[in-house]
Amino acid sequence: MSAGNVVAALRAHARWRWWEFALLAALLVSWVALPGHALLLNEIAILALFAVSLDLILGYAGVVSLGHAAFFGIGSYAAALFAKLVMPDPLVGMAVAVAIAAALGAMCSVLILRGTDLTRLMVTLGVASILYELANKLDWLTGGADGLQGVVMGPLLGQFEFDLSGRTAYAYTLVVLIVCLLIARKLVHSPFGYSLQALRDNRLRAGSIGLSVNLRLVAVYTVAAAMAGAAGALLAQTSGFSSLDVFEFHRSAEVLLVLVIGGTGYLYGGIFGAIVFKLLHDLISAWTPQYWNFWLGLFLVVLVLVGREKLLRPRTWFGAKKP
Amino acid sequence: MSSVVLETRSLLKRFGGITPTNDVTLQVHKGARHALIGPNGAGKTTLINLLTGVLEPTSGSIWLDGEEITTLAPHLRVRRGIVRTFQINQLFSELTPLQSLALAVSAQLGIGAGWWKPLGADARVAPLCEKLLAQFHLDDVMNQQVKHLAYGKRRLLEIATALACEPRVLLLDEPVAGVPEGERQEIFDIINALPADVSVLLIEHDMDLVFNFAKSVTVLVSGAVFAEGDVQAIANDPRVKAVYLGEGEAAHG
Amino acid sequence: MLTLLFDGIAYGMLLFVLAVGLAVTLGLMNFINLAHGAFAMAGGYITVMLMNRLGVPFLLCLPLAFVGTALLGALLEPTLYRRMYGKPHLDQVLFSIGLVFMAVAGVDYLVGSTQQNIQLPEWLKGRFDIAWIGMGKYRSFIIVVCGVLTVALQWVLAKTRFGSQLRASVDDPRVAGGLGLNVNRIFLLTFAMGSGLAGLGGALGAEVLGLDPGFPLKFMIYFLIVVSVGGTTTLTGPLLAALLLGIADVAGKYYVPKLGAFIVYTLMIVILLIRPQGLFARAGGGK
Repeated sequence: MSAGNVVAALRAHARWRWWEFALLAALLVSWVALPGHALLLNEIAILALFAVSLDLILGYAGVVSLGHAAFFGIGSYAAALFAKLVMPDPLVGMAVAVAIAAALGAMCSVLILRGTDLTRLMVTLGVASILYELANKLDWLTGGADGLQGVVMGPLLGQFEFDLSGRTAYAYTLVVLIVCLLIARKLVHSPFGYSLQALRDNRLRAGSIGLSVNLRLVAVYTVAAAMAGAAGALLAQTSGFSSLDVFEFHRSAEVLLVLVIGGTGYLYGGIFGAIVFKLLHDLISAWTPQYWNFWLGLFLVVLVLVGREKLLRPRTWFGAKKP
Repeated sequence: MSSVVLETRSLLKRFGGITPTNDVTLQVHKGARHALIGPNGAGKTTLINLLTGVLEPTSGSIWLDGEEITTLAPHLRVRRGIVRTFQINQLFSELTPLQSLALAVSAQLGIGAGWWKPLGADARVAPLCEKLLAQFHLDDVMNQQVKHLAYGKRRLLEIATALACEPRVLLLDEPVAGVPEGERQEIFDIINALPADVSVLLIEHDMDLVFNFAKSVTVLVSGAVFAEGDVQAIANDPRVKAVYLGEGEAAHG
Repeated sequence: MLTLLFDGIAYGMLLFVLAVGLAVTLGLMNFINLAHGAFAMAGGYITVMLMNRLGVPFLLCLPLAFVGTALLGALLEPTLYRRMYGKPHLDQVLFSIGLVFMAVAGVDYLVGSTQQNIQLPEWLKGRFDIAWIGMGKYRSFIIVVCGVLTVALQWVLAKTRFGSQLRASVDDPRVAGGLGLNVNRIFLLTFAMGSGLAGLGGALGAEVLGLDPGFPLKFMIYFLIVVSVGGTTTLTGPLLAALLLGIADVAGKYYVPKLGAFIVYTLMIVILLIRPQGLFARAGGGK
């Protein structure tokens, strides 16, 4: 065996697979080919970005969070308030929202460093609940239970207005999604990314080979929060309002399910999961609008009883192996 | 006189009414081949946990190259060269041996936090990994996930991962634990081939390994140092024999 | 102010009875059961149905609620929950969230989403005014009932054979099994009892906490706070945590209504930051 094998093996993990190209192409093509569905596609893409951000902390770093909506929500409100109170430029608003979400993520990351899974669950749940309460009580700022209405966005890059058909919105969302995906991809294939998996698999050993576990958790949590914040900002900017439900437990539970459906730990699970979830949602809601939650719950129970690996593995349809 | 690389001074650990480490003062010299033996429950693994920082001592101090490291965080001790293996394999189950070693090597090279370039892109990583994989006969399984590996290979990876960290002081906690007789020689050979400037502290029950490998021995009983000296003296010490025979413990075979 | 304290204690005792099953499930089976609130809800609805549709007196409804939900727990444990014990916490979380969604939607479908009202019997309405404390009769009733239950639980754990078997299994299920204890049966009985207690708590609490399909989700975080702050290795830990939570919540909502539950959540986070294993857990306990 030669060193060449080792080099080749290492390179192979990071190389672009054919289906990654296909997926990106499909995303881009969808904007061109499905103009009538831009609004739905926009929702899917936002949900996908949200789920991919969760994958970083759940699939890669192994942190179970029931409150990821905290960052989604803060991004949403930050973007909405910025547009309303400061300036309506979407890109500047996005930058501000991402920065705020990242700051919140960095602060909250301290909370998940110690303790058991239950402690982490509680703490993440607690943060999201606190933000919900805050948004509810500070109704002079956030509109409280009525939500923050009348957010009018300026044109993108000074040129492209957000139109009713949603095509500009979807293009915007797609670009943000793809940029985040590319950054995340760099992250997970790097030594940093592998060290996340190491600390997920065996925290004790990760420390024993000289890795600083705490710093890494802070870093990944911050990045994941920033991306979730971007998703929230996209929602606010493309829909023109923000409301309390961005902080709701339901949202945290939903994004968890989306990621689990698509598969954790290979980065694209969020996208596949979002597509399947949204389509299922629309299908089932059309049939029984009120009791979607029941079928969702049943699906969850069955999914877990049967075994997450066995039920849905879209990635194996493409012949991909976990890196 | 060879210099002392690692030492403890009156190291004490007490919790919940027991004292697993009781006033232990011990020195490891540069290039040492030092064995730590003692009956079950003597506190050998606790001592390793104290040395690596996994446990905090109740009192006493630990010194590396003349600098006190008693309160230094575990991962920082690794960077200073104190590396250990675990009695029960502690591996990264979802990664492959190649990825595990590449990660350890990258951490050692100081690029363990790099986030832009892929793992292994740095030209120094692959040759080091290749050397380790060959040395530990892991080349044929280098791309299999660790969770699918046989126990013997996992044990080899356990030690390989520690060596990837380029230790100056290597703490081996029962390296052949659970390894069938026929496969032990492989591990013995690797340990014997360790570079001369690496100081090795070996916890072992297998007396063959102790007498073939160690030059000096510390005997730990009930958390305290019971006897100490070169390997021949300890082998012939009647008190040591009594401690072992009195325990009724056969050496782990 | 003492009235507040009194109300807080009542609330806390109620929370304890509601959450104790969850604490034991977590400590015994290492299972994070977010659906625990659904059992409480079931107890509440059983009581409402019995009282409003069948005219069963309130006092009789309480033990019936207990038995009903205990049976439900005894049914679900071997069929569903048992398969989940060894699975990773993420799966358990997803599973129990799924159950909650199903329960909430199911109740919504069967009974509708309006708040259910219970007509308390006359002798439980009103208050005692002793010196400067106004003690609601119903809240006193709650304190008494929950107090009796707590003492009974403590007695069962400390003095009965089942109790020592339970404690042994919590300490180390493998060793307990090796000693010949029928761990499965212990799990079943414990789960049933825990669910029954939750149901009883739901019945007791319907008047005080409100009862609608959103109950499990609304109160889930409170139960979890009791368990994570109180720890799962003792009985007094969750009791103290529940009392602390009850008093803090009542006081917080009275003195600083603008912030509402904010105080409770912040308090919980601070506590977990300082002592991640819970405020009252024995050192070395908790998973």
